[in-house]
Amino acid sequence: MTGLLDIVRSVDDPELPHLTIGDLGMVRDVAVDGRIARIRITPTYTGCPATEQIRADVEAAVIHAGYEPVVEFEMAPPWSTDDISPEGRAKLHAAGIAPPAPTGDGPVSLDLPMPCPQCGSRRTRLTSAFGATACKALHVCDACRQPFESFKAI
Amino acid sequence: MAADLLTHVLRQGDRALVLSHRLAQWITHAPTLEEDVALANISLDLLGQARHLFTYAGELEGEGHDEDHFAYWRDASEFRNPLLVEQPNGDFAVTIARQVFHDQAAVLYWESMTDSGDPTIAALAARARNETAFHLQHSAGWLIRLGDGTDESRRRAQAAVDAMWPFTSELLGADDEGALRADGLIGESIESTWQVAVADILLGAGLERPTSTEQCTGGLHGAHSEHLEPLLHEMQGLARAHPGATW
Repeated sequence: MTGLLDIVRSVDDPELPHLTIGDLGMVRDVAVDGRIARIRITPTYTGCPATEQIRADVEAAVIHAGYEPVVEFEMAPPWSTDDISPEGRAKLHAAGIAPPAPTGDGPVSLDLPMPCPQCGSRRTRLTSAFGATACKALHVCDACRQPFESFKAI
Repeated sequence: MAADLLTHVLRQGDRALVLSHRLAQWITHAPTLEEDVALANISLDLLGQARHLFTYAGELEGEGHDEDHFAYWRDASEFRNPLLVEQPNGDFAVTIARQVFHDQAAVLYWESMTDSGDPTIAALAARARNETAFHLQHSAGWLIRLGDGTDESRRRAQAAVDAMWPFTSELLGADDEGALRADGLIGESIESTWQVAVADILLGAGLERPTSTEQCTGGLHGAHSEHLEPLLHEMQGLARAHPGATW
């Protein structure tokens, strides 16, 4: 079932189109029984409005692969930004979004300066803990004078 | 016991939903664009928490009700939110004082619920705790800036703290949930920790901790202030005008 697992993992995240739900570590399991494919996915933020879109996109991909999808969202254990794959982190960086710091045990204070994804400087400031999507914060780099987003460690 | 748990879940769901709606009323009116985005994000997190809680309430109730039923088809007297969250937005200082008192309670509540004997609530708590920690960083940061800002911002912040203080005791738990606590479904009281943490924030903001001990209560039992009905009218109007509509 590696084939179907790869197909599910390659579904794009609707709000971060350069990343897949596999990159984000949202796919917990794919189990095939005859024509039925049971997909277990963990949502990221509880209020993420992309969740329903992800369900529809996964169902469409599984149907396209010739299976009947049963998509379940599971809450435990909770998703963490530590679940984002190294490829996912590289893609975030390439898109100008600073990847999240490792969480350790709980949310990471936003007071620590994030390295600028454009010039690499740590002379950056948080401008808002809340950005264009639930998962991102806004910063500005004092070295290259560019604003940038970071993925909040959670 | 099942009825007690259902009431508890509705109290939490209603708290999150009503405050989510209040914050959404700031959209396009906040002092800065970044603040508009921040309040909308916090509102969205609360809405997500409410949706999970209402879905679970439907399972506990066992009458086939979904999340929309609880949000759109109950009247004010059926809501179980604490009075604080239905209070009008006021000026920005009132919104921030309300949010600090709420967020500090929510952080401690979700933290205590990560050990709940109810696996559904414990799983939600593990996520909500982390989201809520960002909300508290934001609201407490604002209260400190307002309290430590200009004479006018300090005056308004103190007035807001004084105005919201009488609505805080309901955030710290209900008086009829002893059985849930004894069964390990809800955690220990958060009251003393909340008092210390809020006193710390007020100290950092250079604001006086109100000394009044008079408290307004009733929301947890369905006795609301006059402010909830207009809020529900706005929130439920579309769903009730077009029952069952999808878009």
